[in-house]
Amino acid sequence: MFEIGLSHYLTVAAILFTLGVFGIFLNRKNVIVIMMSIELMLLAVNINFVAFSSYLNDLVGQVFAMFILTVAAAEAAIGLAIVVVFFRNRGTIAVEEISQLKG
Amino acid sequence: MFTALIFYMFAGIAVASGVMVISSRNPVHSVLWLILAFFNAAGLFLLLGAEFLAMVLVVVYVGAVAVLFLFVVMMLDINLAELREGFLQYLPTGAVIGLVLLIELVTMFGGWAFAPDVEAMIKAPTPTLDQASNTVALGKLIYTNYVYLFQASGLVLLVAMIGTILLTHRRRTGVRKQVVADQVGRSRDSVEMRKVQSGRGI
Repeated sequence: MFEIGLSHYLTVAAILFTLGVFGIFLNRKNVIVIMMSIELMLLAVNINFVAFSSYLNDLVGQVFAMFILTVAAAEAAIGLAIVVVFFRNRGTIAVEEISQLKG
Repeated sequence: MFTALIFYMFAGIAVASGVMVISSRNPVHSVLWLILAFFNAAGLFLLLGAEFLAMVLVVVYVGAVAVLFLFVVMMLDINLAELREGFLQYLPTGAVIGLVLLIELVTMFGGWAFAPDVEAMIKAPTPTLDQASNTVALGKLIYTNYVYLFQASGLVLLVAMIGTILLTHRRRTGVRKQVVADQVGRSRDSVEMRKVQSGRGI
């Protein structure tokens, strides 16, 4: 209990990842909250990478965590840009409307 | 003991704010809870000895991504009540899937062990603190063995930047703008110099 091991970190990451998946289902209408849930999932993956890197004494995990950070930032930027353009055209960001995207 | 206490604090607050991110009514509050979650994850990284990543997490996520989210949430005129419709409708499905996923992950983490020859597989051993700090060690690794990957991630950011500008840039119609080329390219004789005698006019 008071000896913090790798499994503690993995459990936290698992809970955060599950919260991310749960958030996608819970907020089916709000794209912005869905994107925040995706950020939570990426954060959980990062915690896994760093935890393994620390307990294995291998730095490569942290290098990869940094690349995930980069991809997450790029994904957030592009996703929010798409949301802004969609809102400008349709006046709503409800996910159900996006199924009508054509041409 | 002390480390355990700090770990439980960071982990507890991170998970609690994760819950608040997905369950709060106002997207602005969601973003603020997300910032808290990132701060606590950075604390966990510090506990793990990855101080550079912890600082990068704060700078990139809190400083850039979360502020971007805040901008977009506040810029868009969102009908909050409409967005909350069907919140309870999706709750059972989401809860079942989330629970199954959590049970799977926990069973996997429970019955899992390092391979016996894991020591031989270590690619870049972490130097001890008196040899090099985490930042120095990471920098040495990124700029040597992983330099192509580093450049590729720079390219990813470049593509993201160009794509974002391309997507959101628009040419507005009905707006009067200064056209410098027209001003510079006007013909010389459009303005004429005349000597005017006083009291006469032209």
